Amino acid sequence: MDSAAAALLGMGIAAAGFGGAGIGIGYIFGKMIESTARQPAAEAKVGKYMWIGFALVEAIALYGLVVAFIIMGLRK
Amino acid sequence: MENPLEHFELHQLISLSLFGVDISINKAVVMMWIACALVFGFFYLATQRRSPVPRRVQSLAEIAVEFLRGVITENMGPSGQKFFPFIATLFFFVLFANLLGLIPGSYTVTSQLMVTGFFALVVYVISLVVGFRLHGLHFLTILAPAGTPGWLLPLMIPIEIISQLARPVTLAVRLFANMTAGHIILIVLFSLMLTAPIYIGWLPFGFTVAIYGLEVFVAFIQAYIFTILATVYLGDAINLH
Repeated sequence: MDSAAAALLGMGIAAAGFGGAGIGIGYIFGKMIESTARQPAAEAKVGKYMWIGFALVEAIALYGLVVAFIIMGLRK
Repeated sequence: MENPLEHFELHQLISLSLFGVDISINKAVVMMWIACALVFGFFYLATQRRSPVPRRVQSLAEIAVEFLRGVITENMGPSGQKFFPFIATLFFFVLFANLLGLIPGSYTVTSQLMVTGFFALVVYVISLVVGFRLHGLHFLTILAPAGTPGWLLPLMIPIEIISQLARPVTLAVRLFANMTAGHIILIVLFSLMLTAPIYIGWLPFGFTVAIYGLEVFVAFIQAYIFTILATVYLGDAINLH
């Protein structure tokens, strides 16, 4: 395979990491809704940790982007 | 648009060098000066004509400062308050740099891995120095969480070393990647709008507006996350888990 084509393929495959982050964000918001439904008084407290978790999960997806950047930098 | 990454390239405005070190002025440097000036101006404005019943700017500053004090007490304990100036500086600079980048035509300082990497390195080095100063060599017990059975130690210590070394890296890459990715998404969506015919072009434009709103939110939350993780790392060094 042409190395330029392989680099493009690799950059595309790096985007697959977003799938995992999608599952993670789904879990976070689902669990948030679930816990708020059970204990509405805890919403403010849980919500704070939800946003932290959301940002952490989102950042993990973006490591895929960094991998894509690295491949882009290596390709000639 | 040819290349969505073009926006992130830095070009020298004024070439300078000091003892062979390149200290040229470029867009990022100018934006950092502006961010510093804005933080300074905000707090100067807030502390002018102080009154027991705070006015708008003063109450905004008070809320921010009290919020940061709360974060520090929560993660570092009461003895962490002496790090308040450092943590507050970090938070406000990252926040203003993130928000400034959202003004069209400006530059996001925090989308440079060099900048975020240096912040993360400073946080990490300070946490190491504080840990060794407070606890001496006892600080190394941070590598073996309390209650670990002896036979697990050969496994736990390498894992903990790796997780310790990963901290500055992830701290830097998280902020950098979030800022870069957000701006790339904005550029891609907006160039879709520019190239699309008018009857469909409104759709990516609407997305651009929505994502812009998300980016404002992300600018706040990433500054918050960066600060919270800095306090957690420093708190680990102070309290040893």
